Amino acid sequence: MSLEAFFLWFSQFEYVQLLINEWPLYLSGLWTTLWLVALSLFLGLFIAVPAGIMNNSNNWAIKFPAWAFIYFFRGTPLLIQLFLIYYGAGQFLANNEHPIALAIWPWFQEAWFCALLAFTLNTGAYTAEIVRGSINTMPSGEIEAAKAYGLSRFKIMSRIVLPSSFRRALPAYSNEVIFMLHGSALAGVVTIVDLTGAARIVNSRYYAPFEAFITAGILYMMTTFVIVFLFKKWEARWHKHLKPLKV
Amino acid sequence: MLLDLQGYESTILSGAWVTLQVALLSLFVAVVLGMLGALAKLSSITFLRWWATLYTTVIRGIPDLILMMLIFFGGQIFINEFNVTINDWLNEYFQGQDAAHEWVSYLPDYVDVSPFFAGVATIGFIFGAYMAETFRGAIIAVDKGQLEAARAYGMSSWMVFRRVMFPQMMRHALPGFGNNWLVLLKTTALVSIIGLEDMVKAAGDAGGSTQMPFTFYFVVALVFLVFTAISTSLLSHAEKKYAIVSR
Repeated sequence: MSLEAFFLWFSQFEYVQLLINEWPLYLSGLWTTLWLVALSLFLGLFIAVPAGIMNNSNNWAIKFPAWAFIYFFRGTPLLIQLFLIYYGAGQFLANNEHPIALAIWPWFQEAWFCALLAFTLNTGAYTAEIVRGSINTMPSGEIEAAKAYGLSRFKIMSRIVLPSSFRRALPAYSNEVIFMLHGSALAGVVTIVDLTGAARIVNSRYYAPFEAFITAGILYMMTTFVIVFLFKKWEARWHKHLKPLKV
Repeated sequence: MLLDLQGYESTILSGAWVTLQVALLSLFVAVVLGMLGALAKLSSITFLRWWATLYTTVIRGIPDLILMMLIFFGGQIFINEFNVTINDWLNEYFQGQDAAHEWVSYLPDYVDVSPFFAGVATIGFIFGAYMAETFRGAIIAVDKGQLEAARAYGMSSWMVFRRVMFPQMMRHALPGFGNNWLVLLKTTALVSIIGLEDMVKAAGDAGGSTQMPFTFYFVVALVFLVFTAISTSLLSHAEKKYAIVSR
């Protein structure tokens, strides 16, 4: 069988036809999913580190806001958080003449902005808890040693506690990244054409749920495996000192 | 007043009851599947181990929403085609036996998969995979010598499981079980997307007609927080009950 004949034979299957017609849609959906997740994870870190540190504080006034934020965003479904922002913002911002409301209302009318905000706050809360946990497991001897060297509180945090906490947080954080990737499927519900949105469009175009959703599922799974692989590499680099010695 | 529900209290409450039903039924399915999955993963039969590993890997690699849509939209087609095939096959067989045989639908020709059923089946199926991992770890943590001793006393495998393994593995399984339950509870919010009249859907409808979507979604978030708080206190109670009291 010549190569051409093989392709002709191969392309007669309905599923292959569907893939040939729709792969640009899936690819752009995958791209949307990836940047949405990557950006929210990145922005989430800027919430997570301060919130995690604040939640460890002994001062009630510092601890409480961080605690309440983390408790709310970890205790409620991501879908509700997304709906609160996407549908709920209008309750306060629509027809509101206040200059701030006028300035931010156009942003809240964009689905991608609402999704990005919801995902960022959500991952910020979950990651804050990871940060808090890994700061708590900091060996107190290291902090005492840093104090004995006369480092300031800020220096102790930035030079001793945080670098070593990030290292210890890495395995838990890789779980959070995968959780966020899976959570981002909800973006498809608020009209964003991410991977799930693409699958929904294909399903409604062809009435082919198996083909549409299994294709998306395989792409999600492949992304998951790539992330797991990359984190393994990263851990091997950062946790080199923990590996058993080869004799 | 922000939390004035304008007469929609009973709608939200009955929605909350649906959410709770979905959550508890899925938990039951998940525990059964998880137990089977864990035993299959630890079994000496390669075939079972292989299938259980495939199950847990695939489920944990794909977002819940994709799986739910696959089962809701695809499950319907699958069941109906399966039933038609079985009907054809049975009828052909009986026609071979007796030429005067008339076509009978032995299985219903058309089955409507309700969102409730699809939701419970999917969430149970997904969390079965997570439970399988939790239970597997808990089973491994039980001292092997005790199981051997129980065998040596002449107990049947069922009795060893019920009297020796189960009570001890519960202690190790409870923290993971608790986490899975809390995540499962939040996942039930997704069933509104496939059209089930749960708390989220009720809030969406009420928010749409009163122009107060934020208020209603916020109330739903609070109900979820109440569910979570109750679960956490029950779980810590159970953990105390199963803990070994060490002096």
